Amino acid sequence: MNHFSFPILSTLIFFPLLCAILLMFFRSEEGKNDEFLRRIALAASIIEFLISLPLLKYFSDSIPGMQFVEYIPWVKSLSLNYFVGLDGISLWLVMLTTFFVPLCILCSWTYIKQKVKYFLIAMLFLECAMIGALVSLDLILFYLFWEVMLIPMFLLIGVWGGERRIYSAVKFFLYTAAGSIFMLVAIIYLYYFSYKTTGVGTFNLLELYKLNIPISTQLWLCAAFTVAFAIKVPIFPLHTWLPDAHVEAPTAGSVILAAILLKMGTYGFLRFSMPLFPYASHELMPIIAFLAIAGIIYGALVAWSQPDMKKLVAYSSVSHLGYVMIGLFALNIQGIEGGIYQMLNHGVNTGALFLLVGMIYERRHTRLMDDFGGLAKVMPIFAIFLMIATLGSVAVPGTNSFVGEILILVGAFRTYPVVGVFAVSGMVFGVVYMLWMYQKVMFGPVTNEANSKLPDLNKREIATMLPIAVLVFVMGFFPGMFLHKMDASVNNFIYQYQHKYAMYQAEKSASPVAHCSKGAKIAISSQATLKNGAYSLGR
Amino acid sequence: MKFDLVRLIPIFPLVGVLINGLLGRRIVEKNKSLVHWIACGAVGLSFLVTLGLFVKLLGLPADKRLYDFTWFTWISSGVFHVNIGYQIDPLSMFMCMFVTGVGFLIHVYSIGYMSHDESYFRFFTYLNLFMFSMINLILADNFLLMFLGWEGVGLCSYLLISFWFSDLANAVAGKKAFVTNRVGDFFFAVGMLVLLTHLGAHGVWSLKFNDVFSHAYLLPPHLVTIICLLFFLGCTAKSAQIPLYIWLPDAMAGPTPVSALIHAATMVTAGVYFVARCNVLYSMSPFAMHVVAVVGALTAFFAATIAVTQNDIKKVLAYSTVSQLGYMFLGLGVGAFAAGLFHVLTHSFFKALLFLCSGCVIHAMGGEQDMRNMGGLRKKMPITFASMLIGTLAIAGLPGFSGFFSKDEILWQAYSSPQGSHILWLIGLLAAVMTAFYMFRLIFMTFFNECRASEEVQHHIHEAPKTMTVPLMVLSVLSIFGGLLGVPASLGGMNRVEHFLHPVFGLGAGKILQAAGGPSVIHKAVAQTAAEPHSFALEYELMLLTTLLVFAAIFAAYVLYVKKRDVPGRIAEGNPSFYQLLLNKWYIDEIYETVFINPLRAFSIFLWKGIDVVVIDGLVNSTAAFFVKCGNVCKSTQSGYVQRYAVSFMVGVFGLIAYFMYVR
Repeated sequence: MNHFSFPILSTLIFFPLLCAILLMFFRSEEGKNDEFLRRIALAASIIEFLISLPLLKYFSDSIPGMQFVEYIPWVKSLSLNYFVGLDGISLWLVMLTTFFVPLCILCSWTYIKQKVKYFLIAMLFLECAMIGALVSLDLILFYLFWEVMLIPMFLLIGVWGGERRIYSAVKFFLYTAAGSIFMLVAIIYLYYFSYKTTGVGTFNLLELYKLNIPISTQLWLCAAFTVAFAIKVPIFPLHTWLPDAHVEAPTAGSVILAAILLKMGTYGFLRFSMPLFPYASHELMPIIAFLAIAGIIYGALVAWSQPDMKKLVAYSSVSHLGYVMIGLFALNIQGIEGGIYQMLNHGVNTGALFLLVGMIYERRHTRLMDDFGGLAKVMPIFAIFLMIATLGSVAVPGTNSFVGEILILVGAFRTYPVVGVFAVSGMVFGVVYMLWMYQKVMFGPVTNEANSKLPDLNKREIATMLPIAVLVFVMGFFPGMFLHKMDASVNNFIYQYQHKYAMYQAEKSASPVAHCSKGAKIAISSQATLKNGAYSLGR
Repeated sequence: MKFDLVRLIPIFPLVGVLINGLLGRRIVEKNKSLVHWIACGAVGLSFLVTLGLFVKLLGLPADKRLYDFTWFTWISSGVFHVNIGYQIDPLSMFMCMFVTGVGFLIHVYSIGYMSHDESYFRFFTYLNLFMFSMINLILADNFLLMFLGWEGVGLCSYLLISFWFSDLANAVAGKKAFVTNRVGDFFFAVGMLVLLTHLGAHGVWSLKFNDVFSHAYLLPPHLVTIICLLFFLGCTAKSAQIPLYIWLPDAMAGPTPVSALIHAATMVTAGVYFVARCNVLYSMSPFAMHVVAVVGALTAFFAATIAVTQNDIKKVLAYSTVSQLGYMFLGLGVGAFAAGLFHVLTHSFFKALLFLCSGCVIHAMGGEQDMRNMGGLRKKMPITFASMLIGTLAIAGLPGFSGFFSKDEILWQAYSSPQGSHILWLIGLLAAVMTAFYMFRLIFMTFFNECRASEEVQHHIHEAPKTMTVPLMVLSVLSIFGGLLGVPASLGGMNRVEHFLHPVFGLGAGKILQAAGGPSVIHKAVAQTAAEPHSFALEYELMLLTTLLVFAAIFAAYVLYVKKRDVPGRIAEGNPSFYQLLLNKWYIDEIYETVFINPLRAFSIFLWKGIDVVVIDGLVNSTAAFFVKCGNVCKSTQSGYVQRYAVSFMVGVFGLIAYFMYVR
């Protein structure tokens, strides 16, 4: 399976942790060593990115399954294993993570002035947890990383955040942790269930995929996983922790939150709840589709009425992630690849927007749009970057989001055309609020004296933004090199999904249903064949 | 010259964008003229390549004039596969010729017009980006790449309208243009996706024009109608037709070369191009064709009524553009695709000319755009006056000028084509008469009588520099003689344009006939346009009638705006409500604002302050508060006072005793 014997995934997980521990030994009284510490952390994160590059080189496009697998028994009595691997679905998310952490450290260079050492430690610790969660193939290991992620993020908001940081940090922590509890219960039940049916209890995801879970049980387990992931995504109406967390978090926190942490939710659907519970997720499809549509339109409209730029961007995330959900649940290759691609795009674009908002916040200590106006004249370079991020965000053709959205829409139109039509309307609303913001901040006369002498971006800030700006267009014109690596895994995903779904369908129609009249049963089974027909067109 | 060189046509402007966009600031510091050399050179080279390919295409027999160049794969996922690829056929080359040609002239003109602007390089970067997008729009061989150009030109339009962003009104106008266009793009995208998925259901997973059109017979008729109408709604935004034309008049906030290039000659004709490109689909749906014709005719008339009362020189031209675009759609709608395209061509010459002339006027007047403050410029700006007069004669449709042939062809088709009707013709005729009237009103108000500008402004009035007047002269020549390309048979001409475009419009129809295996699918209109000879006598009569009415309108304008100048004011006073209605553009903007925008805005604020903060987050916080309360209740049992524990202990003991004594 793996031609690459070096334990690259473990290195990726533990190298940042090692660096974080290393940082603890440096002294940082009165901020004397801060510059030095920043450099070390930046170097560490860049090395981490360089370590992740061979993944692209040695990742085989033709293997649908897991690659770079490492399997080490951990707690034998509980059959816990250290089991990690990577496929086409998680590959780019890992790359996104290693790509963004250096940028986050770079953008915090002067933004974070207090407790720099601990900030850097938190960032590196967070990177370890994020990569761990993305590559874990053992449910308990995943759960461990999943929960560990919360701690540095909680600290980032709570320690380096704005005025209402405590409230927001606690809300963020409790809200997401509360959802995860359900998932933990479901994980433990899965272990019990696997023990009951096969005689060997396991947390191994790939083994659990093979289980045949009764439909009624499946619905409950799926609901538990869905709650955890839906909060993380966040799916409307479980989103209210997000604006609060974003507004209070420091720039780096917002960027990581938007670019990567939110993707854990959508990734969770794709990696866990959909393949583990195909029938139940299919039952959930109308609900998810409805909530996603509601989120797209609702998020966009609420974003439009925000006076605070950061809140506007935060609500736009609700809208964009609605797209991702629609793509994933369209359950065909365009929908899912589009969904994954849109996860990356949202990370890039929204990450860029948060970085830029952070840059002017650092200059003016306000994010209210009314305090700005005419900045394009004062800060022309900033204006270009904000325009690029805006264009990416509203999915102008030629930028990355366009590719993602068009794939999602193609997928959606194949599975649920009406949902697709509503999703397209997000295109209009997106322009409304983004151009609204751009106009209020960048255009018009410079009315506020404080804005008239703002310095344009410095070299460090340009260095932060440039890779993202280039990526927006590269991903927009050459999506092939990204999508191609997903093909095998996504095809396999759909194949397995359809296969199992058909099996459950057959099972359901075979079992005598007491309360069902004959007519209804026929209706169900004919619906099932119809749906099966539709799925065989999944390519 | 190989056809594969077609990729150079978009590459040149793109290189211009990259150089000026990334290094422009430094180039300007060193040598300002390098910026426009790069920008104009890029477009000039594109024009030369286009010319070369055009000549090569002409050298091929008519049925071989189709070449598809696939550059590289753009998006590929499962069965969905889209290339970056360009198509060379008569239609795309026809469009590309005048887009790059007129585009080049306007680039040259901009050198003079924008010479004092501090964002010189930014302007040329945007212009080149526009050319890149427009060329992609025209040359694309599939719907999605065309959509890239389609949205790209919209983006450039936004950037250029709000070019002088320090004035908030310009920024607002730019945003309005972008948002309105996005509304249109919504329909466009839905149409495209419906088309894709339904053809996909038949196994044809392609967005390539040729694949789609040759398999269009697979689609049920009602679906074709829906798709065509969705596409047409997209076109109404891009080409400023009812109901989405509202952005174009405001778009005049941009620099005048932009108005000439984007909002008159090229971008706004994209909708016409697109409908013509999809002629196969439209031919399958008589109803959609009829909608196109009716909307076109109504827009032509409606915009002309507004143009009559406007006082801003650019606004008059803007509404005139809307009106002329209506003409083109009228032509398409009655099945005369070639006539519609011919009008696109002539219109691009004379409307670009008119805008550039108005630019010279505005430039000379120090930014003044109100015609009430102009007058008598004839002597001070002879070249501009002569050019503008030529443009006006062309748009008014005086015999011999380019506009005459194209407009007359459309009117005749509206009258005679099986898809047309006498009412459509009549509306078109009225619009033509009004066009002549308001255009000469413009000429008389601007160039005749005494100058009404202030002394200081008068002092500065001068003829424009060479870089500005030379393009005017070239366009003047084209405005006069451009019509000779399409002289109809009735006037002894060859109608070259129609013959040249016939492979696209005729063969497309023929393909469908073959594929469907019968004539029932295709509407007869298209088949008839080219073939059937018509009676020349009737055509002459109508031509004469139009011409006479146009002369009458010019005479009326002369009387009202040169001889008896108090009359217009009295007419306005006599019908104040009607005059106000026209002056305020039928209050369409206000209606849209109260019906769509304000309620939506209020709704969004309600969603935030009402639903999000109070209901949803309220629920979240009260859940948390509930647990806090539970904790507080339970907390009181853990007060730490021994007496309380003792009391509860005693109560418990007595309770138990009572239970055992009395209950059991």
